[in-house]
Amino acid sequence: MFILKLVLKNTLRHKLRTILTILGISIAVMSFGFLRTIVTAWSAGVESSAANRMIVRHSVSFIFPLPYAYRERISRIPGVTMVSYANWFGGVYKDPADFKNFFPRVAVDAETYFEMYPEFTLPPDQLATFKQERSSCIVGEKIARELGFKIGDAIPIEGDIYPGRWDFVVRGIYKGKDASTDETQMLFHWNYLNERIKELQPGREGNVGWYILRVQNPREMPAIARTVDQEYLNSRAGTKTETEKEFQQSFVSMSSAIIRSLEVVSFIIIGIIMLVLANTIVMAARERTTEYAVLKTIGFSSWHIAGLISGESLLIAGIGGALGLGLTFPVAAGFANMFPTFFPVFNVATLTIFLAALVAAFAGVVAALFPTIRALRMTIADGLRAIG
Amino acid sequence: MIEVHNISKSYRRDSLEIPVLSNITIDVPEGEFLALMGPSGSGKTTLLNLIAGIDRPDSGSIVVNGTDIATLNESMLATWRSHNVGFIFQFYNLLPVLTAFENVELPLLLTSLSKKERREHVESSLHLVGLGDRMKHYPKQLSGGQEQRVAIARAIVTDPTVLVADEPTGDLDRVSAGEVMTLLDRLNKEFKKTIVMVTHDPRAAEKAHKVMHLDKGELT
Amino acid sequence: MKIPFTYIWRSLWARRLTTALTLGGIALVAFVFAAVLMLSHGVEETLIATGSNDNAIVLRKSANSELVSQIDRDGANILKTFPEVATLPNGKPFASTEVYVIINLSKKGSNDMGNVSVRGISPEALQLRPQVTLLEGRWFTFGTQEILIGKNIAQQFQKCELGREIRFGDASWKIVGYFDGHGTAFDSEIWGDVEQMGAAFGRPVFSSATFRLTSPEAFEAAKLRIQQDPRLASMELKRERDYYEEQSKLMSGFIRILGLVVTVIFSIGAMIGAMITMYAAVANRTVEIGTMRALGFKRRSVLGAFLIESILLSLVGGAIGIALASLMSFIRISTTNFGTFSELAFGFTLAPSVIISTLLFAVLMGIAGGFLPAVRASRLSILNALRSA
Repeated sequence: MFILKLVLKNTLRHKLRTILTILGISIAVMSFGFLRTIVTAWSAGVESSAANRMIVRHSVSFIFPLPYAYRERISRIPGVTMVSYANWFGGVYKDPADFKNFFPRVAVDAETYFEMYPEFTLPPDQLATFKQERSSCIVGEKIARELGFKIGDAIPIEGDIYPGRWDFVVRGIYKGKDASTDETQMLFHWNYLNERIKELQPGREGNVGWYILRVQNPREMPAIARTVDQEYLNSRAGTKTETEKEFQQSFVSMSSAIIRSLEVVSFIIIGIIMLVLANTIVMAARERTTEYAVLKTIGFSSWHIAGLISGESLLIAGIGGALGLGLTFPVAAGFANMFPTFFPVFNVATLTIFLAALVAAFAGVVAALFPTIRALRMTIADGLRAIG
Repeated sequence: MIEVHNISKSYRRDSLEIPVLSNITIDVPEGEFLALMGPSGSGKTTLLNLIAGIDRPDSGSIVVNGTDIATLNESMLATWRSHNVGFIFQFYNLLPVLTAFENVELPLLLTSLSKKERREHVESSLHLVGLGDRMKHYPKQLSGGQEQRVAIARAIVTDPTVLVADEPTGDLDRVSAGEVMTLLDRLNKEFKKTIVMVTHDPRAAEKAHKVMHLDKGELT
Repeated sequence: MKIPFTYIWRSLWARRLTTALTLGGIALVAFVFAAVLMLSHGVEETLIATGSNDNAIVLRKSANSELVSQIDRDGANILKTFPEVATLPNGKPFASTEVYVIINLSKKGSNDMGNVSVRGISPEALQLRPQVTLLEGRWFTFGTQEILIGKNIAQQFQKCELGREIRFGDASWKIVGYFDGHGTAFDSEIWGDVEQMGAAFGRPVFSSATFRLTSPEAFEAAKLRIQQDPRLASMELKRERDYYEEQSKLMSGFIRILGLVVTVIFSIGAMIGAMITMYAAVANRTVEIGTMRALGFKRRSVLGAFLIESILLSLVGGAIGIALASLMSFIRISTTNFGTFSELAFGFTLAPSVIISTLLFAVLMGIAGGFLPAVRASRLSILNALRSA
């Protein structure tokens, strides 16, 4: 339609100004998308939780261990179809100052763990070899790629929680079932850890970091949680049983202050977008005051004028927004590459894309508001007299 | 054709009320070429604006071709203008981003004519003003006189009943001014257009049938 | 001839709306820049202030946190006899053997739980850490199950009123006072008697031992002595300051990098905003510029005037941003330290260096953004400028 053609031509009038505005908006939209991606990445673990898994951990903090003896009783609770367990090993790989060297190192029950976590897929022969070899380990594909681990390599870890020098031979590499699965973990035998600790620091053996339960019917979860926690309420090591989702969420909540700060900054960015765009549109509209008056003289209505102003605003916002959104992907990827294991899953969510588009559209509308009102209110006579 | 009856108009600047026109009554018969003259601030442009329907009087009536435009509301006025008035400005006021053709086409976009029909009207208008060979040019590629002629083409493309011109030669050199006035003369004599023109230029006023003088908002 | 300042100032005022919008944009960017710097300073303050160069801390070898560290009693006693350990006026070694655990408390205003550090101390600890002072109530009595709550914990967590009892480690602990760690990590801790806590948590051994060095240089000698003593083979010595700095390295590193990325992006935005405004300013005042040049002002003056205008805009915007950012100093961010998994609070510190840096940043943005437009203004030929009227 004609209005569109005029809008497009108007935008091209001051090419430099239009380009700068588009650039400014695209940078702001990109930051918005980037920050939101960080926020969503933080809760990626929550999203990928399984609906039928529960975690049992020490009631005070998951960094305190639970006795291995609990396993027997927990597995006999009706509704629990499988029990597995794991210990956070920690330790230091090569230079701890290099962020790339940080990846989760976990001692697990070799027999049950991979069944409990079917999203970790690997060839059956690799799994079999792992199960047989006590000092072996399985690493995720992402970390294998980043650090060049191949089957047969020995990974040396300097223990901190469990002191001493440990070597684990890679016997398998697992792939995540979908994009949201963590592929950065190194998993080895809990039995191996237990035996060595018994030798090195007698008295520390027989401890589990946390238990993982598979539950037949998710609706029974609250009841099962109560049963377990009640059982150990008055023990030295009390338990807290929760769904996997709640467990992951508790990690996210730990950093809630940081996440909230990032969200606040996102809002500030929206404000900046609007200011930059509004500035340009106000200038543009003011320059064309006489033209708008002429159009009115010819017989175009105030709504036509409003359409011209909003159209230009939306067009610039749209192009800037699209550009910014496009830039978000490579910037996010670059950031993720700097900290590959910090955020094991770092994708730009669909919601983020949608929100960024909404923000751009909203900015387009708001920026045009003031000049539109001014143009609508101005009488033709004043408009003709005006000097842009 | 145009019956201005007892109109008054004053402007409010802050808290002051400045009277611009006081009880003006004019009759402009069909086919007339009227020139309004007077010193700055005499109200002649205001009167022109009122007749053209781009301003409203405080009191009185303005009947153009049977319609009292003082009673029309904003949007009705806009529609009325698009059918009945062609406006020519001192500073041409062409849209710089549109070609001569597109500028002239503007008023037609408010009608229901097809693209082909619009093209016909535009081309004939531009030919009439002698710029048939410059249709694709942008205003900045035209001289002042040529720009004004495009503006005239725009003013007549909808075949309006009244042509209203505010200092049409004010910004032109003698030769261009002469061309423009010849054109207006032709529109009046050949095409029977009613023209109301405000001007300072005595040479422009020569072409008019009748000259009226305004001073301090009153006819003298 | 210099172009009068009033011209510059009035030009900005004449285009109030545009000026206001641009100021708003610059102020927001300056605000974020200043806030990031303030947070960085706040983080550093917490780190540096927490540890003292006069103190040294003993942990189990390769334990990177007191949480996983064990020091046996005999070893601790041997340590106290070291000549590098200062002595108190009463003749006792200036050392505190401590137990460090973590408990769960409910946060105020939400259902979230947070991990809180609990430290069992020896009486010498209060003198070892003079940066910690009593805020309300009184110090707990050694030998009882009384405790003191750090300022940040009292603010962030529920059920921490004076006189109230908290249960953890199978015992009830009475809150008899609050202490002020003055921005150090201790603000986020709960303190009690080491012997009581050890018993309650079933810990026969200590987590760490902290002592006052006879002099900061004595550190190396003490470190060597530990390394050479076979009975202390499992121990390691660190400067207290270094230890606490390590605790938050992951955290502060992350915040710094994030802050840096955000700042870089924002500064580009600020530059573009300034550029748009200044280009428009030049375009709108072409006739004025032509007139000034016709009157006799040199190109240099025109360039200078526009640059000054740009700088003025950014200075005012920067000042507004700083003013906004200073409000942040009332906010403390309490979050979980990645390194220790326990609660840690950072504040926003408005140091003079932050103010100077932000203003400098704003001015640089103004110059960067306004430079090219100012050049364009100065390059206009007089005739063309006047003719464009």
